[in-house]
Amino acid sequence: MKKKSRIMFLIATLLLIGLYFFPIWNIDLTAPQYPEGIGLRIWINQITGAKEFDLKNLNGLNHYIGMKKIEPESIPELKIMPYIIAGFILFGFITFLLKNRKVLVLWIILLITVLGIGLYDYYLWGYDYGHNLNPNAPIKVPGMTYQPPFIGGKQLLNIHAESLPGIGALLVGASITLAIVSFYIDRRKKIEKS
Amino acid sequence: MKKKNFLFVIVPVLLLGAILYNCSNSNNAGNFSDAASKVYVAPGTHDEFYAFMSGGFSGQVSVYGLPSGRLFRVISVFSQNPETGYGYSEESKPMLNTSYGNIPWDDAHHPELSQTDGIPDGRWLFINGNNTPRIARIDLKSFETAEIIEIPNSAGNHGSPFVTENNEYVVAATRFSIPIPQKDVPISSYKENFKGTLSFIRTDPQTGKMSLAFQILVPGFDYDLAHAGKGVSHGWAFFSCYNTEQANTLLEINASQNDKDFVAAVNWKAAEKYLAQGKGKTVSSEYYRNYFDEEKHLAVSEKNSQVTILDPKDCPGLIYYLPTPKSPHGVNIDPTGEYIVAGGKLSTVLPVHSFSKMLKAIENKDFIGEVNGIPILKYESVIAGEVKDPGLGPLHTEFDNNGNAYTSAFLSSEIVKWKLGTWEVLDRIPTYYSIGHLMIPGGDSRKPWGKYVVALNKITKDRYLPTGPELTQSAQLFDITGDKMKLLLDFPTIGEPHYAQAIPANILEKNSKRIYEIEKNKNPFVTKSEKEARVERKGNEIHVYLTTSRSHFKPDNIEGIKVGDKVFFHVTNLEQDWDIPHGFAIKGANNSELLVMPGQTKTIVWNPQKEGIYPFYCTDFCSALHQEMQGYVRVSSSGSNTKLLFN
Repeated sequence: MKKKSRIMFLIATLLLIGLYFFPIWNIDLTAPQYPEGIGLRIWINQITGAKEFDLKNLNGLNHYIGMKKIEPESIPELKIMPYIIAGFILFGFITFLLKNRKVLVLWIILLITVLGIGLYDYYLWGYDYGHNLNPNAPIKVPGMTYQPPFIGGKQLLNIHAESLPGIGALLVGASITLAIVSFYIDRRKKIEKS
Repeated sequence: MKKKNFLFVIVPVLLLGAILYNCSNSNNAGNFSDAASKVYVAPGTHDEFYAFMSGGFSGQVSVYGLPSGRLFRVISVFSQNPETGYGYSEESKPMLNTSYGNIPWDDAHHPELSQTDGIPDGRWLFINGNNTPRIARIDLKSFETAEIIEIPNSAGNHGSPFVTENNEYVVAATRFSIPIPQKDVPISSYKENFKGTLSFIRTDPQTGKMSLAFQILVPGFDYDLAHAGKGVSHGWAFFSCYNTEQANTLLEINASQNDKDFVAAVNWKAAEKYLAQGKGKTVSSEYYRNYFDEEKHLAVSEKNSQVTILDPKDCPGLIYYLPTPKSPHGVNIDPTGEYIVAGGKLSTVLPVHSFSKMLKAIENKDFIGEVNGIPILKYESVIAGEVKDPGLGPLHTEFDNNGNAYTSAFLSSEIVKWKLGTWEVLDRIPTYYSIGHLMIPGGDSRKPWGKYVVALNKITKDRYLPTGPELTQSAQLFDITGDKMKLLLDFPTIGEPHYAQAIPANILEKNSKRIYEIEKNKNPFVTKSEKEARVERKGNEIHVYLTTSRSHFKPDNIEGIKVGDKVFFHVTNLEQDWDIPHGFAIKGANNSELLVMPGQTKTIVWNPQKEGIYPFYCTDFCSALHQEMQGYVRVSSSGSNTKLLFN
């Protein structure tokens, strides 16, 4: 592999470290009563409020519609993800040292796969929270479910929910893109030579 | 034109003219369309200034926005407030403790913002209690009363609380002289037995905690108002006084005889030296200091028994009297600290003393006599100038940032604008009616934000819709950015607004507290989660550890309470969300409701008198299911066997 391509891939690997410092997904809600907004930040290892007490307050509000409490400690994915990401970083370094293009391709495919599974899993959690409601909830609107939008905005009764990738997800996207570009550059140079 | 036709024209014109004249006369109107745009704060947008107005005989402080004149909040200070439980809840009762017992009311006159380098810093607001002498400190993060200190050896704590440049001291003066220490003497022995005191309360630079540093014993005049020096006069404090005649009856005549009374100039830096030399006498005097422990959500009373008193006789150079015509009221220091303006209520001129001339006169011993060891300086040696025709009954003066002064005149009901240095009157504008204090944001500090002046009026008569014999008092907002003052707005006030203070909103707004953190709540009766909610019996005392969250109480059914029990409802609001207080009220309570902020604990005592079922409920509309937020208490006869139950 060429030096330029390898460095590019090293950067792609290093970008994943950012996942430990930035949330991967943001859900922001506004309502007439919440002009200042209330929101969730989904990280690889935790779920937090956008502000200090947002998670607590959301859980308090959600009991009206019978939504389960969001308890990060009971979500097993949040315990596993940090190790998986650490694995990718380690694997990335090894790939960098091996200078092997095939391993690089494997890294890219695996990361895309994990990303896909992760997003699907996130969708499933959202579906469960939004549909699996306590039948004794004070507020029951026939036909109404409360699954937050996967991406984009959605009006849920008095609340407007907006769900967008966080910096973490953008870093993963950038990482994958860089890795593919690094692969491509390397390939092109080989073709030119031959 | 025929003569007859001419009459047809002239009569209607005259009539129309008369009607128009009457209209403009009756509402003092002019064109206010321009003014309207200047005070219009569009819905959802914020005012430029916070204004804090004394509530006068309401005992509270009100918070307004300027220029809109909108009332945001009334802060409970010296008076009980059943709306929040202030003074009724077990946690807040001690705030109103004094050496005369628990006092549920006072007369609050002069708010004063804390300062850093002579500029309002927005940390605290001090205000005096006039009747049972006290000074309160309000925390401007929570907008709650944080501390109240009683001033011993004082009566009519009017001349307070005015701060020095960095709140080294909050000064206070006794308006009514009394025997010090108190004793049973004939009132006619006034001249012999009655004395005044000037008090210096130290504040802790970090916490604001107040402590009575020392008092100065002064001749028995009526010490009326004060202001601390600043800039060049930092280190001094000035107190106006009337009744130098020392009359003790019919003061309106007998205390108005002398041509000149005094402004007392006190060198507090010299006082500190004398104290260090041990010149102070320790005198036993009982007084309270009550403070609110914000972590425990609990007021604590501390009883003090001693004060240090300085006698000017033992401390040469501590005080000088500046002769001042005639029965002076306000004493105000310009932003540079050089000019001392004293409003002589009965004077025809407004005297302005010069601080530098005063220092020179002291150096030259330009004295015309002395009272109890206090030298009286020669008027001509200290006077910088006299403002001629300052209005009738000049009371108070505030300053802008362009070298102008604004004096309120009670009798002629106007604000008079004049120039510092030339003493020339530049403009005058009527107020409706009988202005007392006036206020420019920062107008008694080193840095006035001279955009508006607010008149604080005693009488409103026909200005508002009538409401029976008791009418509102009012504030009036004037634009002072141009050469001519312009009336912009009238708005009603709570109680009687005496003095006021204002500060740019951007200094305060960002610090405003939103919630109390429940994890940091150290109240001895806190309930930190619904799991801990419970009811306990201790003899005939019942302790209900009650939680509130949208939209229920925990527990909400309580049985086993008996007639004759003393029931303590310890209500903790578990919410950690902005603007979600919960209320608590129970039928037949002889005291008040509770209004509990997020993360706070408050306790109210209930003495059930009769058997039966008693509902309690949330009084603050908290959510869509607020009406469901209720509970029941079952009260059984005193001898019954009903088991203590709760859910």
